[in-house]
Amino acid sequence: MPNDAIAADPRYARRPPTRGMTLSWRDPTVRNIVWQVLILGAVAFVVWWLVSNTMRNLEVRRIATGFGFLGREAGLPIGEAMVEYSPADTYARALLVGVLNTLRVAVIGAVLATILGTIVGIARLSRNWLVSRLAAVYVEVLRDLPLLLQLLFWYGLMQALPGPRQSLNPFGNVFLSNRGIKFPWIVWEPAHTAALLAFVAGIAATWALARLFRARQFATGQRTPIWPYALGLIAGLPIAVWLLMGAPWTVDVPALRGFNFSGGGTVSPEFAALLLGLVLYTAAFIAEIVRAGIQAIHNGQWEAAGALGLSRGDQLRLIILPQALRVIVPPMTSQYLNITKNSSLAVAIGYQDIVSIANTTINQTGQAIEGIAIIMMVYLTISLSISAFMNWYNARIALKER
Amino acid sequence: MRNAMRAGVFAAAFTLGTAGLAVAQQQSTFDAVKARGTVNCGVSTGVAGFSNPDSQGVWRGLDVDGCRAVAAALFGDASKVRFVGTTTQNRFPALQSGEVDVLVRTTTWTLAREASLGFLFTGVNFYDGQAFMVKRSLGVNSAKELDGATVCVQPGTTTELNLSDYFRTNRMSFRPVVIESVEEIRNAFISGRCDVYTNDSSSLASFRSTQGANAEQYVLLPEIISKEPLGPVVRKGDAKWFDLVRWVGFAQLAAEELGVTSANVDEMLKSQNPEIQRLLGVTGGLGEMLGLDNRWAYNVIKQVGNFEEMWERSITPMGVPRGINNLWTKGGLMYAPPVR
Repeated sequence: MPNDAIAADPRYARRPPTRGMTLSWRDPTVRNIVWQVLILGAVAFVVWWLVSNTMRNLEVRRIATGFGFLGREAGLPIGEAMVEYSPADTYARALLVGVLNTLRVAVIGAVLATILGTIVGIARLSRNWLVSRLAAVYVEVLRDLPLLLQLLFWYGLMQALPGPRQSLNPFGNVFLSNRGIKFPWIVWEPAHTAALLAFVAGIAATWALARLFRARQFATGQRTPIWPYALGLIAGLPIAVWLLMGAPWTVDVPALRGFNFSGGGTVSPEFAALLLGLVLYTAAFIAEIVRAGIQAIHNGQWEAAGALGLSRGDQLRLIILPQALRVIVPPMTSQYLNITKNSSLAVAIGYQDIVSIANTTINQTGQAIEGIAIIMMVYLTISLSISAFMNWYNARIALKER
Repeated sequence: MRNAMRAGVFAAAFTLGTAGLAVAQQQSTFDAVKARGTVNCGVSTGVAGFSNPDSQGVWRGLDVDGCRAVAAALFGDASKVRFVGTTTQNRFPALQSGEVDVLVRTTTWTLAREASLGFLFTGVNFYDGQAFMVKRSLGVNSAKELDGATVCVQPGTTTELNLSDYFRTNRMSFRPVVIESVEEIRNAFISGRCDVYTNDSSSLASFRSTQGANAEQYVLLPEIISKEPLGPVVRKGDAKWFDLVRWVGFAQLAAEELGVTSANVDEMLKSQNPEIQRLLGVTGGLGEMLGLDNRWAYNVIKQVGNFEEMWERSITPMGVPRGINNLWTKGGLMYAPPVR
């Protein structure tokens, strides 16, 4: 049909009606706006009512308000701190110590739980009957018992160890007692910091190199093994830096002095019990997620990869895992959030995390609302950061549909 | 246990937000309690001698008897009390939010607690002081020898602050182990996680009394490092309720001073001593001034006893001498203003 004919045809003349605003209840746009304004107004009113009522009640009851207490001397003793702290420091610093303690147990816990969970998850799929049964028993027992109970159990076990003067000595200068695990530790010097930086730089360089090799493989089809370079960069570079800076190596060996050991490194029973409890508990959930992720991949993928001539390891690494990760990563986010939040159970066994220290602050200053607000802000910040990172990672590994 | 505590704090924060539309039109605690028919009393959950349920589940101790005395004065019935177990950390929010009417929980009277928490202490039912307990096997005889020790302490207490002050003043170092639950902290001490357990000396005595045959293993060091006047606490701005709680305590002291006991109180009604007549409401009409029945003190003494009786019932079995908690007439600090 020629163009003129189309223009003349009345069937094409009718345009879709333009959506002008008519002030009618029947108009869905108007209706939506009205509803949204109403709901927003209601929420705003409830918030205003709660806040103003609280402020007035606090005033009537002569309860101090505001965050002024943060600058006052805390006076609280704290058992383990990652930054310099003494009871003469302020509440703000005490709370910072608490946040760092929470982060320490959450980060180390998340890493260890991921490693253990992956191993157990893969073990459960093993063709070896004993291995898969053991993994199944582990998962079922650990995830079915309340975490608090497990923490108290581990803490009880730590306390059942002999006192420092009769401490167990499994090997070398490592001592196990109810005061914690004591081990020899090098006296830290600038050379060690430099070596640590070199180690991080080595990892970054290896990663960049791997990308380069991958690009070359795509272009020419030629594969270059990465591991000799990786070994040189990650292990060789820090050692070279350390040697160049004079290779300082003084070992501080723990020794009994007075009531307790002094010198060397320490892992306190509270931290050890909390970490052990969190890792073993969370790993059981992660194992199931990993198993589900691998089983979600159709067997045909393995067979197709095999038909391409890939080795078993390459099949897993190049074909199965990238697809399994799409199933694994979203629920893993929840597990990382859980491990962070569950770390607040630390108070039951005397590990001074943010909740423990904020609770004490609340009690000493009487400012419950401010204290709770601080706890909420801390967890919200940590949790949103984890979510943001995991979402970014998830988007990165998502199947690119073209 | 922990969750209950946290729930308590959150509930308290929430109730502060929503409590009774506005406090301005809220009725006084006195009238509210009277209308409700029971006194909600915040106590500790398991400190022998102060508040501890016995094998029948009946609360026993100096603190819970203090609550019963208030109920006896108000209702003429000492059983009209609801005991609310509180931890060291949720006790203040519980009182601030109105969850409890009075807190009798081995709580130390300090300036900050009155000036910034919005509380008033009605008096002192136990003059205490912080002390240290160690195992006999440690061979320590003085707190000055504790440099480098690991110390078990409950968080959120004046004890915690005194501890760091004491070690700082004496230029000694220590490692704290901070656990909230009484049972857990005691387990940590028994197992040897800590060298030292610090608390109010009454509490340490209470701990030792529950150790049976093992009690001999533990030694109280002689140093008392703080003043810990313990007493009932109420909210500020509630004068009538404050008066009631305060004068119930004084009435029990006055009764001890005058030799009025739960056993002889009926006889004493016929006493010619004008002080006893005023106390028991035979003359004077003092009860009405408090908004109570004139027999208020009679009911308290008849049903709960005088201060000495409470002490004999709860504290004596732990082997704690009366000491400074004796009446002023016997060289102690317990002194009631005239009941007239």
